[in-house]
Amino acid sequence: MENRAIFSGKLLPYLLILPQLAISLIFFYWPAVQALQQSFLVQDAFGLSTEFVWFENYVNLLQTPEYYQAIGVTFVFSALVAFFSLTLGLLLAVMANRNIRGVQIYRTFLIVPYAVAPAVASVLFIFMFQPGLGMIARAMQRNGIDWNPVLNGTHAMILVVIVAVWNQISYNFLFFLAGLQAIPKSVIEAAAIDGAKPMRRFWTIVFPLLSPTTFFLIIVNITYVFFNTLGIIDTATGGGPNGATQTLVYKVFQDGKVGSDLGGSAAQSVILMVIVVGLTAFQFRYVEKKVHY
Amino acid sequence: MALRKFGAAAAVTVALALATPAYAVTEIQWWHAMTGPNNDVVVKLANDFNASQSEYKVVPSFKGSYADTLNAGIAAFRAGNAPGIMQVFEVGTATMMAAKGAVKPVSQLMKEQGEPFDPKSYLPAITGYYSTSKGEMLSFPFNSSSMVLWINLDALKKADIAAPPKTWPEVFADARKLHATNPTCGFSSAWITWGLIEQFSAWHNVPIGSKANGLDGFDTVLEFNTPLETKLLESLVDLQKDKSYDYSGRTNTGEGRFTSGECPMFMTSSAFYPSAKANAKFNFTAVPMPYFPDVKGAPQNSIIGGASLWVMGGKTPEEYEGIAKFFTFLSDTDRQVNLHQASGYLPITKAAYEKTKASGFYEKNPILEVPLKELTNTPPTENSRGLRFGGMVQMRDVWAEEIEAALAGKKSAKDALDAAVSRGNQMLRQFERTAVK
Amino acid sequence: MVEHRRFGNLLPHLVLLAGVAIVAFPVYLAIIASTHDNSVIANGQMPLIPGSHAIETYWNTIVSGTGKTTREPVGGMMLNSLIMALGIAAGKIAISIISAYAIVFFSFPFRMTAFWTIFITLMLPVEVRIFPTYKITSDLHMLDSYAGLILPLIASATATLLFRQFFMTVPKELVEASKIDGAGPIRFFWDTLLPLSVTNIAALFVILFIYGWNQYLWPLLITTRDDMQTIVIGIKKIIDVHDALTEWQVAMATAVLAMLPPVAVVVLMQRLFVKGLIETEK
Repeated sequence: MENRAIFSGKLLPYLLILPQLAISLIFFYWPAVQALQQSFLVQDAFGLSTEFVWFENYVNLLQTPEYYQAIGVTFVFSALVAFFSLTLGLLLAVMANRNIRGVQIYRTFLIVPYAVAPAVASVLFIFMFQPGLGMIARAMQRNGIDWNPVLNGTHAMILVVIVAVWNQISYNFLFFLAGLQAIPKSVIEAAAIDGAKPMRRFWTIVFPLLSPTTFFLIIVNITYVFFNTLGIIDTATGGGPNGATQTLVYKVFQDGKVGSDLGGSAAQSVILMVIVVGLTAFQFRYVEKKVHY
Repeated sequence: MALRKFGAAAAVTVALALATPAYAVTEIQWWHAMTGPNNDVVVKLANDFNASQSEYKVVPSFKGSYADTLNAGIAAFRAGNAPGIMQVFEVGTATMMAAKGAVKPVSQLMKEQGEPFDPKSYLPAITGYYSTSKGEMLSFPFNSSSMVLWINLDALKKADIAAPPKTWPEVFADARKLHATNPTCGFSSAWITWGLIEQFSAWHNVPIGSKANGLDGFDTVLEFNTPLETKLLESLVDLQKDKSYDYSGRTNTGEGRFTSGECPMFMTSSAFYPSAKANAKFNFTAVPMPYFPDVKGAPQNSIIGGASLWVMGGKTPEEYEGIAKFFTFLSDTDRQVNLHQASGYLPITKAAYEKTKASGFYEKNPILEVPLKELTNTPPTENSRGLRFGGMVQMRDVWAEEIEAALAGKKSAKDALDAAVSRGNQMLRQFERTAVK
Repeated sequence: MVEHRRFGNLLPHLVLLAGVAIVAFPVYLAIIASTHDNSVIANGQMPLIPGSHAIETYWNTIVSGTGKTTREPVGGMMLNSLIMALGIAAGKIAISIISAYAIVFFSFPFRMTAFWTIFITLMLPVEVRIFPTYKITSDLHMLDSYAGLILPLIASATATLLFRQFFMTVPKELVEASKIDGAGPIRFFWDTLLPLSVTNIAALFVILFIYGWNQYLWPLLITTRDDMQTIVIGIKKIIDVHDALTEWQVAMATAVLAMLPPVAVVVLMQRLFVKGLIETEK
């Protein structure tokens, strides 16, 4: 930032950054500090009795099998969503990148899911998949598939993965399309002249050139599953059955909800903060590289 | 000319000022979780009370589900602006009770205010739940219900079943018979832990936990992983295999399966009555919960479900006056009779129950008496006065998780129950630690 | 692509059509369901073509409320969502643009500290600080209020970063010229910088409006009053019914209404939306 043109002003800059700093301090930092504080306490719901317990909440957490289950669920959920959503997004982007007529119309349709709130998307799919009521659920019953997300953990996971993938297709599609369009035609043509067929061209040239975008999208999809699927889980499965769809964030939400374990919920929040810092640092370190690419 | 106009205006203003009372009306905030027709009931009660006198005004506010209402109340208390009255579901009792200073026990309130209040005039099954072991009433019962077995009479006739089942073995047999005509569901239930653990134990006079199910102390230990409970769960797991019994979720979101005709036998709250009446297009009835006939003492009595009204601490003396008067207002016999007959809530006073019986109401509406008969079946014992476990909301989730694992075939019934007990005990010890002594 | 293929052109169309079908089917189904009567839906006999109850259902849903499930007509909820979305979008843009301005165009003590303070908030999404933030909002008596819905969500490092990046590309000759003209920092901001930033602002506005409209966790926690519900939360309450059967035609109508504004914004402002999306992630 050496070549900036600068205004002089003693008070003005402070006034300008004041609103954002104030909100950041009050609604971001202060709660984060409180979460840290709370994670070292054991309290009753009303806050009438407080006991300082050092790292006990963390130790308890690491000894609860349900916490490890939540880690596993979050991991599996992220992996599935990333894989399917990226694959479908890429496929559609590759097809849309060909100069065919009507690409604009296709693109218009394909970006719709992004605008739909995860919770609303969930309701749309519940309507289709609810046992006994949903069109697709009934079709499965008729064909002998015992579809039951209420009791079967795998089915519940499949349901939320489908909703999340549907919701994320647009995002991946758009970025892959932009990535594809950024590849110079000359590179492709050179390869074609060399006799490489389309499939070969794709895997040896296009896909590697897309790797920054792919990598970036993987992180975004993981972040989406970590933090934005709360609405989906809350409406579709409530974290069940038996914790099969309870991600780490959903567990924070449920454990704190009736105030009976604010300390444990806070400890989970702190651990999540560490994870986010990791993910964000990773993303930024990576994106910096991409800009210099 | 202007002066005359001014004079007239001044006269009007003075007249208006004299007409309004010189003192302000004391407002009492009442936070509740009632939806639909129950919401109408709440609003009407508040309006009637407000119209009957001019010093106090009860202002009801719907705050969402029971859990949401409890959370909102706790947060409000921490921020220093709790409501005067809060409706808390029965499983939140331990949390409320442990919060000395945050709540004001009803018996204490009524005594301080000099309002006539005789605990013996209330139905013991109901008061027992919301009182200390010494009989001191902590909260005011509002909407109470019990668990009953709803029967689709038309479906039973079609399956050649002569009469609704009375015992669990009969239920299992009938469920299998009904499976022929109802392949996706012969029998189902709602409020899974309330029915299969809590009510089941009380109905068979066996403990859920020590210390009178926690009523006598926070150092209670869970004890329901018994052979009897295992027998029940194992039977259901077996029936779940071909959907003679089909699980419908932890709460009551599956109740529609009864009214749609899918599940001809459905065990759920007696508060389901208005929905059943409105939506079922077949002949139905409700019968008492089934029991195992070889268990001594069964059937005992059932535990109530529903919610009660808690009075929050730290309010002004005027508010407490008003709240006390409101509770007296609610206890009035005729009011209870009308409330019961219109809403399906159970009457909370003996007088109201007797009066309704005397009027022949139950001959015309036998279903409404079933829960009452269950509650008053026998005098309550240590195992059936009620239950009081801290962190109950999450504990029910934990128990439900384990039951789900058993029903899905992931664990044996015995392992599931053992896990439910051990996980529950962990939560109880945590709660005990923070309970203000 | 490079080669000319007659049949080759069929493949992309097929794949894209399949994609569109998958994407559109759930939405289509919701629209259809909102035009039928609940008993038809609940009994699984809903056809795939529209029914005849559209006007009645939408009227009930938007205007009169359905009494049994939502006490609040959805029209009111949409208004709440609108206020929240506009508030968040406008709020975020306003405070971020002036912060970025200060950081880029001024030199003052603790400038970089301020920048990093703002930047680190990226690492604190609301979900990881949810209960303490709720408590603070409650202590400030902002529960069940628009302020409570909007303020805790408007500090956004991404918008600040975007503007910062953009401002850094402003040629310093422009600033010099302004100074020569005698313009102070505020004049420069209004007369020169802001007009230059319009496309970025518009693009951000689209993204942030959708972000605000689609909020779930935060409104769920802090609003309990019926008249403060947003439409996305309203849907959950409609299907989460405990003492009656779910009115699916109402739920679907509500879903359609919940989708309409953000989808309209995205579709009509497609170019800006795509630009905004890609710019904010750089």
